[in-house]
Amino acid sequence: MDILIYGIINSFSLALIAIGFSLVYGISRLPNFAHGALYVITGFIVWSLLNFLKINYLLSIILSLIITGIIGAAIYQFILIRVRGMAVSEIIASYAIGLAMLEGFRWGGFKGMTYTLPVFIRGSIEISGIPIDFQRILLVLIGGLVVFFLWAFTHYNRIGLALRGIAQDERAAMMLGIDSDMMALVAMALGSILAGLAAVVLLPMGNIVVEAGYSVLILAIAVCIVGGLGSWVGAILAAFMIGFAQIITVKYIASHFHMVVAFLAIIITLILRPSGLFGRQKELEERV
Amino acid sequence: MEERRKERLDRGIKVCTEGIYAISSWQEMGYLLLPRIALIGGMLALPLVLPIYWQRVISSVCIYSLLALGFDFLAHFIGLVSLGGAFFIGTGGYIAAILNTSLGLPPVLTIPVATMVGGAICTLLLYPCLPLRGVYFAIVTLMYPLVLHRIIEALNVLGGTDGIVGVASFPNRWIEQYGILVIVIISLFGLRRLVNEDIGLVFRGVKDNDQAVKASALSINFYKSIAVFIASALGCLGGAYLAHIYMWSGISQFALDFSIIPIAATVIGGGGTLVGPVLGCFILVPISELLRAFGTLRIVFYSLILVAFIVFRSEGIMVYTERKYHQFERWVEV
Repeated sequence: MDILIYGIINSFSLALIAIGFSLVYGISRLPNFAHGALYVITGFIVWSLLNFLKINYLLSIILSLIITGIIGAAIYQFILIRVRGMAVSEIIASYAIGLAMLEGFRWGGFKGMTYTLPVFIRGSIEISGIPIDFQRILLVLIGGLVVFFLWAFTHYNRIGLALRGIAQDERAAMMLGIDSDMMALVAMALGSILAGLAAVVLLPMGNIVVEAGYSVLILAIAVCIVGGLGSWVGAILAAFMIGFAQIITVKYIASHFHMVVAFLAIIITLILRPSGLFGRQKELEERV
Repeated sequence: MEERRKERLDRGIKVCTEGIYAISSWQEMGYLLLPRIALIGGMLALPLVLPIYWQRVISSVCIYSLLALGFDFLAHFIGLVSLGGAFFIGTGGYIAAILNTSLGLPPVLTIPVATMVGGAICTLLLYPCLPLRGVYFAIVTLMYPLVLHRIIEALNVLGGTDGIVGVASFPNRWIEQYGILVIVIISLFGLRRLVNEDIGLVFRGVKDNDQAVKASALSINFYKSIAVFIASALGCLGGAYLAHIYMWSGISQFALDFSIIPIAATVIGGGGTLVGPVLGCFILVPISELLRAFGTLRIVFYSLILVAFIVFRSEGIMVYTERKYHQFERWVEV
């Protein structure tokens, strides 16, 4: 029973982490390796707003999400747009940006265990004998809401439909008057906001540390690769697979292997089926 | 409105020196030899002219150069972008450390053995990933050092988080520094020769049009694994050397530093030239050493340099210098 409950919670947190990465890659074929940095930055922005400017918690969360969205859009508009299409340059450039931001924070003194965010609602309830705090229940609710919102957004909204158009066939979409760069910009901003949202929901359960940036990036990549890069349904299903695999490993083997599961999932999936479980990319594009 | 564009023409002497007839005049031979002699002479003179503190840096510059050479070779001649420099360094370092501490072999033996065996192990482990391309290969190689790091940590094997200590060092600093300098020079010119041989042509074929290589009844995986073996052997050599210099081998050898700096050096120096990455290391590693006092700010600094170069000057220093050396430029009216 505890495997089921913790597995569901872990899976939803993985889905939250990964969905932004998956969105950006799915739409603009841009592997955003600054994802982890954006996650951590949102945490620090919320913390700063709360502690220096003394703003209301909800307001500072909204403000910091907007700021993260702007940062993401700026990264695309000023840097990544110039290396679009060169896969390796995209990876190196976005990874270097993320590295610069994370290590900049570390240099700026944001390290150690002193930075924490308050939980939304205090307290916990017991489900069949296992105490679960409200933050974790909220996490599952917010995770579900985000997935639903994204589905609705991409099916019933002009911009959302345009995003899907670009994702499916860039040339045809451009012929219908959809601006590819503009949509990539929107995707990047949206992806950053989703990374920020994940941070806001997940960080109150621990400390804000720079190292989280790296592990978040790896988890996001793991989920997206297992699910198939660019496939949102796949990403969510993969989040559940990796989430449960991690919890089972921690329970029956050792907690050290928590991250090893993610690494091995990436390597094994790439070797056996590089387009992932639900990827729709042509086999020839990624394998000889 | 009059418009002008820049016209670039090869210098006369460059054209004259392209064939075998370059040996017919001292001037032409000088034109060819000068940059090469300047590079080799400059590198060999370094341990003599540098102050004592900077001499420590020479060896690490050379180790990074070996990695950068391997990266450039794989990325620009085979088309495999490997972000796993740390994987090679770690494998080489651990093999050398184990051979030295448990079998008592001297560095003269451990380094070549670690190079060959390490190269073979890395190639074997990477073999299943060889059919992957582009982003996929890059991600999988980025994961290898991280997963080994975690596994060693979790299983507490190979000395666990403390690493293997008590590895023998070199007899004196002259042997240490000249050894690695000569190795870098040999591998640099060896690789330059290799990519212009027949096999280099196949390598480029694998990069540009693998279907054509396949159609010529050549096994792509075979050629890719040869290339990966060469690059990983270079990395393992660097790692083995590193283990002997610091008399220690541990999980921090799987750190991201070894994956990032060679890439940055290649981008700055100019990809596809093989000399560029070495020059890039000679620029970047001392800068990063200078900034050591600033802690992690140096990572910020070289990440920003990397972004600036990749976005605004993606050709790199070496390609730029080569162009200035071989060609003259003038403005012409259109």
